Amino acid sequence: MALIEAEGVRKVYRMDGVTVEALKGVTFSINEGEFVAIMGPSGSGKSTLMHILGCLDVPTSGRYLLGGVDVGSLSRDGLAGIRNSKIGFVFQGFNLLQRMSALENVELPMLYGGVPSRERAEKALAALKTVGLEERKGHRPNQLSGGQQQRVAIARALVNDPPLILADEPTGNLDTKTSVEVMELLVSLNEEHGKTIVLVTHEPDIASFSKRIIRVLDGSISSDEVVIKHDGIA
Amino acid sequence: MMGLLETAKISLRSLWANKMRSGLAILGVIIGVGAVIAMIAVGRGASLQIESHISSMGSNILIIVPGTTTSGGVRMGAGTQQSLSLDDAIAIEEECSAVSHVSPELSGVAQVVYGNRNWSTGVIGTTEGMMDVHNWSVSSGRFLTDQDVRSSTKVAVIGETVAYELFGSANPVGEIIRIKKVPFQVVGVLAPKGQSAFGSDQDDVIFVPVTTAQKRLFGTPFPRMVRRISVKARDAESIYLAQEQITALLRQRHRIGPNQDDDFTVRNLTQAMEAAQQSTQAMTLLLGAIASVSLLVGGIGIMNIMLVSVTERTREIGIRMAVGARPRDIRLQFLIEAFLLSVIGGIAGIALGALLSQTLVLLFDWSTSISPSSILLAFGFSGFVGVFFGFYPAYKASLMDPIEALRYE
Ligand SMILES: Nc1ncnc2c1ncn2[C@@H]1O[C@H](COP(=O)(O)OP(=O)(O)O)[C@@H](O)[C@H]1O
Ligand SMILES: [Mg+2]
Repeated sequence: MALIEAEGVRKVYRMDGVTVEALKGVTFSINEGEFVAIMGPSGSGKSTLMHILGCLDVPTSGRYLLGGVDVGSLSRDGLAGIRNSKIGFVFQGFNLLQRMSALENVELPMLYGGVPSRERAEKALAALKTVGLEERKGHRPNQLSGGQQQRVAIARALVNDPPLILADEPTGNLDTKTSVEVMELLVSLNEEHGKTIVLVTHEPDIASFSKRIIRVLDGSISSDEVVIKHDGIA
Repeated sequence: MMGLLETAKISLRSLWANKMRSGLAILGVIIGVGAVIAMIAVGRGASLQIESHISSMGSNILIIVPGTTTSGGVRMGAGTQQSLSLDDAIAIEEECSAVSHVSPELSGVAQVVYGNRNWSTGVIGTTEGMMDVHNWSVSSGRFLTDQDVRSSTKVAVIGETVAYELFGSANPVGEIIRIKKVPFQVVGVLAPKGQSAFGSDQDDVIFVPVTTAQKRLFGTPFPRMVRRISVKARDAESIYLAQEQITALLRQRHRIGPNQDDDFTVRNLTQAMEAAQQSTQAMTLLLGAIASVSLLVGGIGIMNIMLVSVTERTREIGIRMAVGARPRDIRLQFLIEAFLLSVIGGIAGIALGALLSQTLVLLFDWSTSISPSSILLAFGFSGFVGVFFGFYPAYKASLMDPIEALRYE
């Protein structure tokens, strides 16, 4: 069943009279349980696509359906609700709140989901356990390594149990060893928890963890192919 | 959807994380609220004092003095002519229906001697009416009687201060004192009244029968002359009627023609005091308004800090939006932050105001009074200031584009 359906999605940025067509009408669909890597050179429109898939932005024209719902017609509040319950974000720069502990960072999406306080703590701890950081729950982000911070961010993306996880260059700030750890974690989320994962990267090694690669070039899809076989970066 | 309590907790944490900045932000509100509280306390203290003077002076009082004043200030002769007599007082008591008590007064300063002690004080020749008109009572002995006035007896009722100066702690009743060398028997001591509205000691006084004063103490141009007549109206409603009746009666008795000015003046003391009261209240309002301006400035300080805070925390706002915070959640968070800042400032300001007015009491001996309503007012006003000045920064935060916000360094 299709979780993501993009039909002729266009995105035009207008700045100081200059218009940039970041997406030139892309059409594709992603089924539930897929693990897709989006690749392409810098400036090709990968992040723009991720923002639209993540309901942080809406297409200038075309349609984007998430779980059958046309996102383009939603209000800001409606988009916020979808981000809260249907999507988990993992960013290149982790984007954790520095003043809060790992546990509190993981609790954040539930705060806006109206989950009662005790249930929040339980679920956040369970999510930290999934990423193997339950004993670091009291640590602030600056007391954690980059890999650990990204795992906390993944726990935060998981905690509301969304069907879709979006990761924009999640290993961009990590060394090779921790990159592999983070990727293996995403693979297990995909295989064991059935999460649909869409990942942006420009590293072939990272893309090889996925099952399908969509290549973007200059705002259009240049190729879309299934990864026949992967054994990691061995 | 996020609860208010949760939001308040988050807000308190971020305020606490920036203690120094939060402190500076609320300084303006602290000073503003403190000033409002102290100013209102001073104003209220003054007006309470006047109120107590009004009640100690007696209510519904008219004072008649010889001579006339005109509002234009052309003729300012009140008290200079000698036109009032004891018979005017008797006639007022008998003929003016709106008048309940009359107290004629002939006063002067005199040397009073008892044994080897002497004391200079105000001596007032009057009648029994003095008691009712000016709310006097005796703490021991008795007051003057009609009989004393009719027979010009040489008796005196002395105030507490005079009793203390001449007799110390001994009982003065029955003793003989000399006023201007004339021997008087003390028949009573007045219950103390304290200071007057003008700061003089009301208990530094001696009452003698008005007729005795006329004959023995103060030389007068004509035999039955009094310097003023105090009158108590039956009630608050009849005070203007009393004024009219007295004016008509005295004009007739003094044979004043239709085109001639009065040769006396009737003053409404309660009215004068109420005017003073009103001007005190206006003053309080003015002081409060001036102080409110500083509270307003404090509010602008809060807005300033909140704007800085919103900009500084752009990335945080982006993160919160990415995980599902709606614009109104963000708005509420910053609004509550501003509100809490302001209310914390308000509480500290109330403490400062109390301290300030207490200091004024100690330093200048002013009377001040902090009312619960002024505390409530200050509290409410500071909360309002927080919400009012916090709204724009909060609104600005809620309008942020999550993508831009996440990109913010
Ligand atoms: N907010 C924006 N305003 C104007 N132009 C933008 C904006 N965001 C992206 N672009 C432009 O859109 C194009 C695609 O950008 P982006 O999606 O970030 O590419 P990628 O992530 O693949 O590097 C680029 O040319 C970029 O300059
Ligand atoms: Mg990018």
